[in-house]
Amino acid sequence: MNEEDRKKPEGSGLSRRDFMKIGGMTLAVPMVASPKVLRVGGEDVEVYGPEKTMVTLNVNGKLMRAELEPRVTLLDALRESFDLTGSKRVCDRATCGACTVWLDEKPVYACGMLAIDAQGHKITTIEGISTPENMDAVQKAFWENDAQQCGFCTPGFVMATKAFVEKNPHATLEDARKGLSGNLCRCGTYVGIHSALRQLTGMKEA
Amino acid sequence: MADYKWPDQQHRSYLGKKIDRLDGPVKLTGRAKYTYDYNPKGLLYGALVTCPYARAKVLSVDTSAAEKMPGVKALKVVKTPGTETHWAGDEIVALAAVDERIAEDAARAVVVKYEVLPHFVQDEIEPPKDIPLASGPLSQEDLEDMFSNQVPEGKIADAIKTRGINWKPDEGFFKDLKGYGVDQVVIDALRGAQVKPGTAGPKSPYKRTAVQTEGDPDKAFAEAAYVVEGVYGMPVITHCCLETHGLVAEWPDQKSMNVHVSTQNVSGMAAQMAPMLNLSASDIHVEQQNIGGGFGSKFGPDSWGMHAAELSKMAGGAPVKMMLDRKVEQEMAGARPSAYGRVKVGADKDGNLIAWESNSWGTGGVTGGGSPPLPYLFRIPNQKKQHTAVSCNIGSARAWRAPNHPQASLLTECALDDLAAKMGMDPMDFFLKNIEMTGPRAKTYAEEFKIAAEMIGWKEKWHPRGDKTPGPLKRGLGLGLHTWGGRGHESHCDLTVHPDGGVEVRIGSQDLGTGTRTVIAIVIADAMGIPIEHVKVFLGDNKYPMSGASGGSTTSGGVSSSTHRAAVDARDALLAKVASSLKAQPEELEVVKGTVRVKSDHSRAMTWKQACAKVGPVGITVRGNNPDRTKPPDLTNSGIGGVQMAEVSVDIETGVVRVEKLMAVQDAGLIVSKKTCETQMLGGMIMAVSYSLYEEKVMDPTTGRMLNPNIEFYRLAGLPDIKDLRIHLHNTQEQENRGVIGIAEGAVTAPGTAISNAIANAIGVRVPFMPFTPGRVLAALEEHGQNAMAGGAM
Ligand code: FES
Ligand code: FES
Repeated sequence: MNEEDRKKPEGSGLSRRDFMKIGGMTLAVPMVASPKVLRVGGEDVEVYGPEKTMVTLNVNGKLMRAELEPRVTLLDALRESFDLTGSKRVCDRATCGACTVWLDEKPVYACGMLAIDAQGHKITTIEGISTPENMDAVQKAFWENDAQQCGFCTPGFVMATKAFVEKNPHATLEDARKGLSGNLCRCGTYVGIHSALRQLTGMKEA
Repeated sequence: MADYKWPDQQHRSYLGKKIDRLDGPVKLTGRAKYTYDYNPKGLLYGALVTCPYARAKVLSVDTSAAEKMPGVKALKVVKTPGTETHWAGDEIVALAAVDERIAEDAARAVVVKYEVLPHFVQDEIEPPKDIPLASGPLSQEDLEDMFSNQVPEGKIADAIKTRGINWKPDEGFFKDLKGYGVDQVVIDALRGAQVKPGTAGPKSPYKRTAVQTEGDPDKAFAEAAYVVEGVYGMPVITHCCLETHGLVAEWPDQKSMNVHVSTQNVSGMAAQMAPMLNLSASDIHVEQQNIGGGFGSKFGPDSWGMHAAELSKMAGGAPVKMMLDRKVEQEMAGARPSAYGRVKVGADKDGNLIAWESNSWGTGGVTGGGSPPLPYLFRIPNQKKQHTAVSCNIGSARAWRAPNHPQASLLTECALDDLAAKMGMDPMDFFLKNIEMTGPRAKTYAEEFKIAAEMIGWKEKWHPRGDKTPGPLKRGLGLGLHTWGGRGHESHCDLTVHPDGGVEVRIGSQDLGTGTRTVIAIVIADAMGIPIEHVKVFLGDNKYPMSGASGGSTTSGGVSSSTHRAAVDARDALLAKVASSLKAQPEELEVVKGTVRVKSDHSRAMTWKQACAKVGPVGITVRGNNPDRTKPPDLTNSGIGGVQMAEVSVDIETGVVRVEKLMAVQDAGLIVSKKTCETQMLGGMIMAVSYSLYEEKVMDPTTGRMLNPNIEFYRLAGLPDIKDLRIHLHNTQEQENRGVIGIAEGAVTAPGTAISNAIANAIGVRVPFMPFTPGRVLAALEEHGQNAMAGGAM
């Protein structure tokens, strides 16, 4: 591999963030800075960046603004610009679920989405669910069943589990196993998570 | 003199009970701050330029474009031209910039030219028979390698004496060794060693040690009624901590530094960083409240942490955050050494083990990696063994939960299981028949086997090799056993009883998620007789009294012993102050559930708060220590044994293995915090399911690069993989009398062996190497032909 290729991971000629820059091309972003307008496939497309642009996000019921390059992920914006560090960065490639937040009511991987694309949606992070003094039923079930160790995967698991049990209040354990397979824990707290799920849904084995 | 014994049954409100962990709510609500989350004002983001080649010489480094980029605040060339690199991922340049994107852009703008050198990354191939023995002088790396692989210190000293060393250690080096707790025999051997500089070892990737023999193995094999020979092994795996390695360094002035670091070693960090920065350890403030996993890989600042410290200084003291990205983390922040072995075992006609022979090999990176202790647990009377360390161009080995034990367990107990199969014997009977060879824990193992067998239904479900039921899904049972030390480490703490009744303890320890905070609070509450809510635990700061690194299951024993002694002393000091107001002698008083009272007359009493109000405005502060021979008894102990049994199903058409059940029985001394103890054990078992079925650092022999430096192709077990896992803590009175013993390492050792044996039991053939992927299962079936599926081929 030559030096040029090395600088472009995956040898595609594009870095992942370059790719996301293109992904940031969009037809319907609320106007905050003046985009370039390009004609693509017979349509006018607004293109942001690479310079910073004002991004407004609705996070946990509050409007938050920051000047961000369009290539900044939703996860990095939450963590770096708004100091909402409950969502963790682990794989940074939409595999592990540690960065799970809700976009409107749906759980999504915040590392797999650009901040600029999250505008106009209602974003809920772990900080928006509850406080340590006033935990939600899912969090209490995790606590009572000791479904955590280091806790690094835990906020993501809580966000995914809460969305899952709200949508599937009568799920079987097998359903839940599959439904939550998009979150990973290295410390191995799955047995505690099973117990928490059982407590939450009154589910039976499989 | 005060009685420092652990409280008896009547005085345990929390000890051994299931108490919710103290830090549950902050972690569950995302408020817990980890090193990765530390975002101080003016933070600079670090980035690394890493070497893409497995071995190369740096020819030139051009940083001009990167340095000109706006926002780049500091840059340091780590590997100057002429330097050789030894694995892909090795750092060439470190830099810091105002945001992460700029830092990454700048790293991409650095141009490095390399001369690519030949590499070697294939550790699973059996080394050639005719390698000369390693004889050259030992290097510092060889020594470190032996330490990290827990080679017995007598053996290390012998190697130093016979082979000499290739550098001249100075007094500072000896002092460091002492500081790390290295035995005097090694230090003496080094002092007396012959120094043969410049004669580094041979260029071959193989370093073979001399054959070790006990008894008369050749004769024993000749006389054996049953002999089997097999090859077994497990690859290099990574730690894959969810929080990657790294730290944030900042210099509030030119003479001191603050460090937030993801570490298992808060108290020991400053001393490792100070010399390289021309600071005293007392100038470095180290903090860590939470850590996202370590598993043995986070004891030092690491080279990239040192780069961050220097970059921060270069940037006028601004905080620099250097957390590895996932790719580099997987490439170089820790490899559990692989181990493979050709193993031969023999038994007499009654099933008594009489002979062992092994040729093992494995890698832990460039320096080779140490040898697993073989045969594991069973002191077979006649033995012959030899180990070859394979030097591979991969990131260096680090301790990985129970260093060397899973490897040794697999190589030994799979061979024993194969021997039992050859004899047509139930492996549980065979292991039990030979259990005396395991030494002092033999009786415990025998008890544990019975309990585990009942839990999994061994007697009803076990069948000879090869499930004969129709259909592609085959079921099987397997077992494994393990041991570990777990004695508490050196630990000190300061405990203060405030006049308002609050109790706080300050201790330079860390809670890895193992429940350290909870353990400490439980111990103090029960020693003082107060509600746990009164106890506040402060840890994760090197300005608190030194407490050992959390490795080798040493923390529970250490912190519980030091804090228990402190709590007893503080309670007694309090009772001495209030005795006269209750018209009693201090010895006549007790504290029960927050009430201070006269033992013989409960009407003479006051609340804990009333008592504390009498101690004066500054309260009482005492120091607690472990060990402390002036305050007997010894509160911690060493030596655990555990048995695990697995039930698997294997689809012989697809090769997919599922672990249906995993049952663990574990002796654990006195249990302090039952809930976190069980969680910790289950965590070990789950990690073992993960490494048995999925984990492997896949190296490409052609390019020498790791093919799966991420989490999508470096697979970890997920929720769907974990089915029925149960544990039984074998804490009989006899076990409790031993004091507190750490259990974390044990739990991760036996399950891999049990799973391997269960697969062999299900499909009738041994799948030699982990992870037991569909491809490997199908290959093993194919190799042994269709008959194998009908059972009994081995
Ligand atoms: S960090 Fe987003 S899924 Fe892993
Ligand atoms: S609790 Fe540590 S990764 Fe899940």
